[in-house]
Order: sequence, then C-alpha cells, then structure tokens
Amino acid sequence: MEAPNYIKVDPPEGYLSPGLFATTFDKVVGLARKNSIWPLPFATSCCGIEFMATMGAHYDLGRFGAERLSFSPRQADLLMVMGTIAKKMAPVVQQVYVQMAEPRWVIAVGACAASGGIFDTYSVLQGIDRIVPVDVYVPGCPPRPEQIIDGFMKVQELVGKESLRRRYSKEYKELLESYGIK
Amino acid sequence: MTMDNAFITGKLKTRFTDGILSVEETSDMLTVGIARDVIHEAIRFLKENETLGFTFLTTLCGIHYPDQELQLGVVYHLHRFADNTRIRIKTFMPLDNPVIPTVTDLFSAANWMERETYDFYGIIFEGHPNLKRILNVEYLDYFPMRKEYPLEDPTREDKDNRFFGR
Repeated sequence: MEAPNYIKVDPPEGYLSPGLFATTFDKVVGLARKNSIWPLPFATSCCGIEFMATMGAHYDLGRFGAERLSFSPRQADLLMVMGTIAKKMAPVVQQVYVQMAEPRWVIAVGACAASGGIFDTYSVLQGIDRIVPVDVYVPGCPPRPEQIIDGFMKVQELVGKESLRRRYSKEYKELLESYGIK
Repeated sequence: MTMDNAFITGKLKTRFTDGILSVEETSDMLTVGIARDVIHEAIRFLKENETLGFTFLTTLCGIHYPDQELQLGVVYHLHRFADNTRIRIKTFMPLDNPVIPTVTDLFSAANWMERETYDFYGIIFEGHPNLKRILNVEYLDYFPMRKEYPLEDPTREDKDNRFFGR
C-alpha cells in the first residue's frame, strides 16, 4: 500500500493512557491556531508576485493550513506585508492592522517592508515596524517562495508556542501603545 | 501649413520683444525662454493666436538649478495638433520669490500639474483654484525636489554613511 499523502500533526506534550490524553489548554489552542492561520496579503509590488507563486500549486502554502486567504482584516490572523510601503500608504497599513482581531501576527516580506530596502528616500516608509509591531522579517529582494514559506513556518512556531495570556500582558499593551494603537 | 521655428519665434519676438530672453533649437524641438512677467500673456498668445494655435498643454513641470541666479524654473510643453508642432517654454524666478501666474484659466489640465510642481518645488501659482500638495504626504514640511534638501529619508539613524557612498 502507498504511504498516505499527508502529514499528521504530532500531538503536544501530555499524559497518554488508554482512552485518555491530558495536556494544557495553551498547547491545544496553539496547535489548532498554528495549523489554520488565515493570512491577509497586503501586496504592493514584486514581493507580492513571489507570494502568488507561494500560493500556487508548486509551492502551495495550503500545505500549512493557510490556503484560505482572508481579504477582510476582521477574519485574518496574519498580516503579510509584501512590498514597498510609501509614507502615504502607511496609515492604510496601520488601519488594516487595527481592524484585525486579536490574536494577530505580522510578517514583513522583503527588504522594502522590513527596512525600506533600496528606497532610502523621503517618500518611502523605512520599514513597516515604524507603524505596526512585526513578528517575523523575511529578507530578500524579492525573497523566493521558499524564503516566504520559511518565514511563515517561523510564524507558525510563534503561534504554536504563544501563551494565552500574552495579549493581556502589560508588556503587550505597552508595545501597542508605543505605536499609538489602542 | 507646417510652421517652421523661425516663424514662431518671429511672431513671439514681435509681440513680446524684451520678454523673449532666449531662443534655442535643440535636436527635438524649439525652446524659448520667456520672462516671468509676460509668461501668462505669452502662453495665452500661443494658444489663442489664429496662426499659432498651440491648443494643447502636453506637460508642465518645475526645475531647480542651484547655480543659476534665477534658481527655480517652470517648463511648459505646448502642442499644435494641426501639424504636430511642439514648443518648449522655460521661465525662471528667484528662490526667495517663487511666484508665477497660473495657467489653469487657459488649460484645465494645468491644475494637477501645477499642484505637483508646488508639491515638489514650492512654486506658488497665483490664481490656482486649489493649490495644495497632491503626491506627497500632507505633513511634509519641505519641498523635496529642491537641491538643498537631501534625497534620503531624514529620519533614519541606523545607516552608516560610509557604506552608502555619502
């Protein structure tokens, strides 16, 4: 018989006995969340083209539970900013972030989103971390789909390990406040 | 009838005499330097004179030459559809008094182009109906295409100039 064409997710740490499995709530929620992250693609330039390849059949981000793109920020878990963000676009990115429900994560794909890239100029935002907190940075100009997948897997790692209390912590509130986000 | 450059410059010189500061024929088209105080009248003349009839404003933009006495300039390109004749008009003004009459009353297309020129060079078009920034962020407090300002983002602190050729 052929081996099944899917990967089973390993169970979290816990106590296993016949008819019983006990673990912490954090770990179960983390496991569920990290395998069904709904990304919101915010693509403004060439990194967005690489993302299209990433979503295509060959690289297939759907393998990681992310085939459901959310074009409404309300239902998205992960904001993927791909491309140059002009200063005039900055309030739009921030508003999209504000509209996302907690818990939310952000990944800056490519040199421009991470640092302004080659566009060290008066009209371009020098990295989206000036307006929203960023969880993972993917380098490259533009990064290959493999790099985007690597970045996505780093986000999965963060999501899976995140404590359920993190979003209520003082540190997190202070972080948002430092960006002027309520 | 195809108009040659000599005919156009002749017409302009008869009408404006001292207002015509320079005439230059580059490889592509005729370039005429016109004094600021007659620029509006000259463009009206080019548009409304029956034999000239440059009825289309192709483009309008600003320019900054920091080594000139009159540093700031505005360049107009006019087009005559009848025989595809084109003309370039340049006018210059000092940096401390960058005021020039608008041509929006002659060409509606000049509206956004004059706003762009104001946005990047700080040239004030007198009589413009809505002279405010068009492309840059509203809170920008300088005119970024003027040569005295650096091109780079002024808020960065993490870039070491030695590695960026500055």
